[in-house]
Amino acid sequence: MEKETYKLSHLKELEAESIHIIREVAAEFENPVMLYSIGKDSSVMVRLAEKAFAPGKVPFPLMHIDSKWKFKEMIQFRDEYARKYGWNLIVESNMEAFRAGVGPFTHGSKVHTDLMKTQALLHALDKYKFDAAFGGARRDEEKSRAKERIFSFRNQFHQWDPKNQRPELWDIYNARIRKGESIRVFPLSNWTELDIWQYIRLEQIPIVPLYFAKVRPVVNIDGQLIMPDDDRLPEKYRDKIEYKKIRFRTLGCWPLTGAIESEADTIEKIVEEMMTTTKSERTTRVIDFDQEASMEEKKREGYF
Amino acid sequence: MDTEQNNNKLSIEEFLRRDEEKDLLRFLTAGSVDDGKSTLIGRLLFDSKKIYEDQLDALERDSKRMGNAGDHIDYALLLDGLKAEREQGITIDVAYRYFSTNKRKFIIADTPGHEQYTRNMITGGSTANLAVILVDARTGVITQTRRHSYLVSLLGIKHVVLAVNKMDLVGFSKEVFDRIVADYHDFIDPLGIPDVQCIPLSALDGDNVVEHSDRTPWYEGPSLLEFLETVHIANDHNLTDFRYPVQYVLRPNLDFRGFCAKVASGVVRKGDPVVALPSGKTSRVKSIVTYDGELDYAFPPQCVTLTLEDEIDVSRGEMLVHPDNLPLVGRNFEAMLVWMDEERMDTDKSFFLKQTTNTSRCRVDSIKYKVDVNTMEQLSLENGRLTADTLPMELNQIARVVLTTSKELFFDPYVKNKATGSFILIDPITNNTSAVGMIIDRVEDKDMHTTEELPVLDLTRLGIGPEHDEAIARAVKELERQGIGIKVVRS
Repeated sequence: MEKETYKLSHLKELEAESIHIIREVAAEFENPVMLYSIGKDSSVMVRLAEKAFAPGKVPFPLMHIDSKWKFKEMIQFRDEYARKYGWNLIVESNMEAFRAGVGPFTHGSKVHTDLMKTQALLHALDKYKFDAAFGGARRDEEKSRAKERIFSFRNQFHQWDPKNQRPELWDIYNARIRKGESIRVFPLSNWTELDIWQYIRLEQIPIVPLYFAKVRPVVNIDGQLIMPDDDRLPEKYRDKIEYKKIRFRTLGCWPLTGAIESEADTIEKIVEEMMTTTKSERTTRVIDFDQEASMEEKKREGYF
Repeated sequence: MDTEQNNNKLSIEEFLRRDEEKDLLRFLTAGSVDDGKSTLIGRLLFDSKKIYEDQLDALERDSKRMGNAGDHIDYALLLDGLKAEREQGITIDVAYRYFSTNKRKFIIADTPGHEQYTRNMITGGSTANLAVILVDARTGVITQTRRHSYLVSLLGIKHVVLAVNKMDLVGFSKEVFDRIVADYHDFIDPLGIPDVQCIPLSALDGDNVVEHSDRTPWYEGPSLLEFLETVHIANDHNLTDFRYPVQYVLRPNLDFRGFCAKVASGVVRKGDPVVALPSGKTSRVKSIVTYDGELDYAFPPQCVTLTLEDEIDVSRGEMLVHPDNLPLVGRNFEAMLVWMDEERMDTDKSFFLKQTTNTSRCRVDSIKYKVDVNTMEQLSLENGRLTADTLPMELNQIARVVLTTSKELFFDPYVKNKATGSFILIDPITNNTSAVGMIIDRVEDKDMHTTEELPVLDLTRLGIGPEHDEAIARAVKELERQGIGIKVVRS
C-alpha cells in the first residue's frame, strides 16, 4: 500500500475551495444560477460545478447573457457543451435594445455594454428571481475585483457597495438576504490566470477554439485587432481586412475584443506565451479604456 | 527531427509540472496608514517580475498626476484600486494579491491599519498562515503595532514578520533597529506566537525586500522574500480529529445517498466506523466518492462525498465523526468575540450563529470582560472598568463572552481546531455579519446566568397520536435547520 500523504497541490486546494463554495450556495439559496460567459474561466467554473455534485446533476441552471454581438464560435460551443453535459441552459438578451439596433459601432462601447450586458443581466436576474448568481471573476484580473468578497452582497437594485461589504472569515459564508436582494458568488476568486490554464490542461476541459492561434481575418481599429464575425462591420473598415495568425486572450463581443498575433495553438504554447508576454490579459478588452476606474463603476451598477 | 521544438515543449511541460507542485502561502500585511505597506507589496510584486508592462505604463501616468512618492514610482497606486481610496490616499478594505516565485505561490491579504477598519484585518487574517506587520523605523512599536499583533495571536497565526520599514530615514542604524526589536519582543513574547522574525528594510528603495541590502551589513537574517519562500508552514490543518460537517445531501437516484462536505479536520478512510451527530446513529464509510473516482482516504481541505453502509438519515448541519473521538457537544460555550458591526451589540437580540454548516439562533448570556487591545488590560464590571452602559460591544471591540444557542452545536476549542472552533454571528434584522468568534470551551448549565431549556413538545399530553410522528419529525427538523431546537417526548 502506498504511504498516505496529506498534502494537496495548490490547484487541488483551489479546486476544493471552489467546490465548497459552490455546494454552500446550492444548500443555502432557493434559486441560484450560474452565469456563463463561455470564456475559459466560465469553462473551469462549470466543470467545478459538475465535480461538486457528481455523480448527481448540478442543481441549478446555467445562464448566458447574449449581447447579440458574441463570436459565432462561442454560441456554437455554448450550445454543444450544454447539450453534451446535460445542463439546463438559459439564454437571455435585451431584445428591445437589439431591435432598436443598439451595437458598439453605432452607440459606442459604453452604451452597448450598459444596455446589452448590464441591463440584460439585471432584467434576467429579476425575471427568474434568482437569489444567488455565480460569476467566474478572479481577483487577480482587475484592481476593484481584488477587493470583492467571495459572497458579494447586492441590494435590491443589484448594486455593490465596496465600502459596506460583509466581513468574510475562514470558510464561513453569510448567505442571509431579504427578498429582492441577492448574492454574487465568485468561486474562482483565488485562481490566477496561470492556475486556470494549468487546470484546463490537466483536466482537459473543452474551451472555445478562438483561444488557439489560427489564420483569421482582422481589421486594425485604433490599435486593436478586431475580427469581423458577421456583416455588421461598418463600411469604412471593409476594405481594410487582413489575414493574420491570431488568437484571443479573452472573449466577449467581437467588436470589443482585440486579438493578439500569436503562434500559440496548444495550451502549452499559450502558457509559454503568457509567461513571456508583457501585457496583462485585460488590455485586449476595449471596454476598459472608457474611463478611469471604469470596472469599478460598472460593478457598482451591477455588471460583473 | 524538431529537437529544438521538442526541447521547448519539454521545458514548458517541466515548467508546468514544477508550478503545479508548488505549495501556497497565504499571508496578511498590516500596518498603520503611513508605514508603507502598499509600497512594500508593490515592491514584492514588482521585484518578483509579476507586474506586467502595461500596468506599469498606467502606473507611471498615475504617479505623475497624483502620486505621493515624490520622484519614485508610487507602488501604492498599483494596489489601491478603488476610486474613493485614491482620493483619501489610504487603503480602506482588504485587497487580495497573487504572485509566485520559483519556490512558492503567494496570496497576500493587504489589510488597512486605520483604526476604524480593524475588522478588515480580522477578515484578511482568518485564512493566513503568516502575518507581516509593518512599523516605521522612526516611530517604532506603536499602539497599532500592538493591536495588530494581538489580533494575529487571537486568530492563531503562528508566524509573524515584524518589518521595520523606512530604515533609510534612520540611516540604517543598527541601534534603532535593535531597540525596536527589543520593544517588540517585550510585547509579543507573552502572546505565545511561536515564530517571530524581525527584518530591517526600506520598501521604497528595496533594501532587504528581495535581496540582502549592503546598507545593513550588521543584519544577518533573511530578506523578506527569502523568509516568505522558506518559512516552514506546519500543516495548518488538524489531522487528528475527524470532523465532517455535512454540507449537502446528494440523492441522484434511489440507490445513491451521498453526504457532501469538506473534511474539516482529521482523516477518514474507507471502512471507518462513523457516528452521526446529533442522532448518535452509527455506520461505516462505504465509499469516498469524487468526480475523479473513488478515494481510499480523505483529509482536509478536500471536498468529497461519503456514502455509508447503512441507510441513516443525516442532513446539512449535522456532523459525521469517529465514534472514539467526539467533539464537544452543547448549547453553552465561552468564546472570544470580535464585534464587526457599526451597530452596537444588543444583548437582548437573538442572533443567527453559523458554525461549520450549522446555523442556530443564539443569545449572549454574559460578557466576562473586554480586552483593551492597546494595553491588553481586561475591562469588566467586576473590576469597575465597565459600567452597564459601556458593557455592550461596539465596532472593533473584543470580548470574552458566554453564548447560548437554541440547538446543540458540535465544536472544538479554536486553538485545537480552527475549522470547528470558529463561528460568525449574523444580525437577524440587517443580516450583517455582526461579530466573529473563536470558541474557548464548553460551559456547564450551572455556570450560566440564565438557562433556557429547549422547548418541549409532549405528544401524549397534547393528545397527538403516533400516526403523526413522521409529520412532526419533519417539522421539527425544518425548525432545527432554521436554528431552533425542540425536544419531542411522549410522557
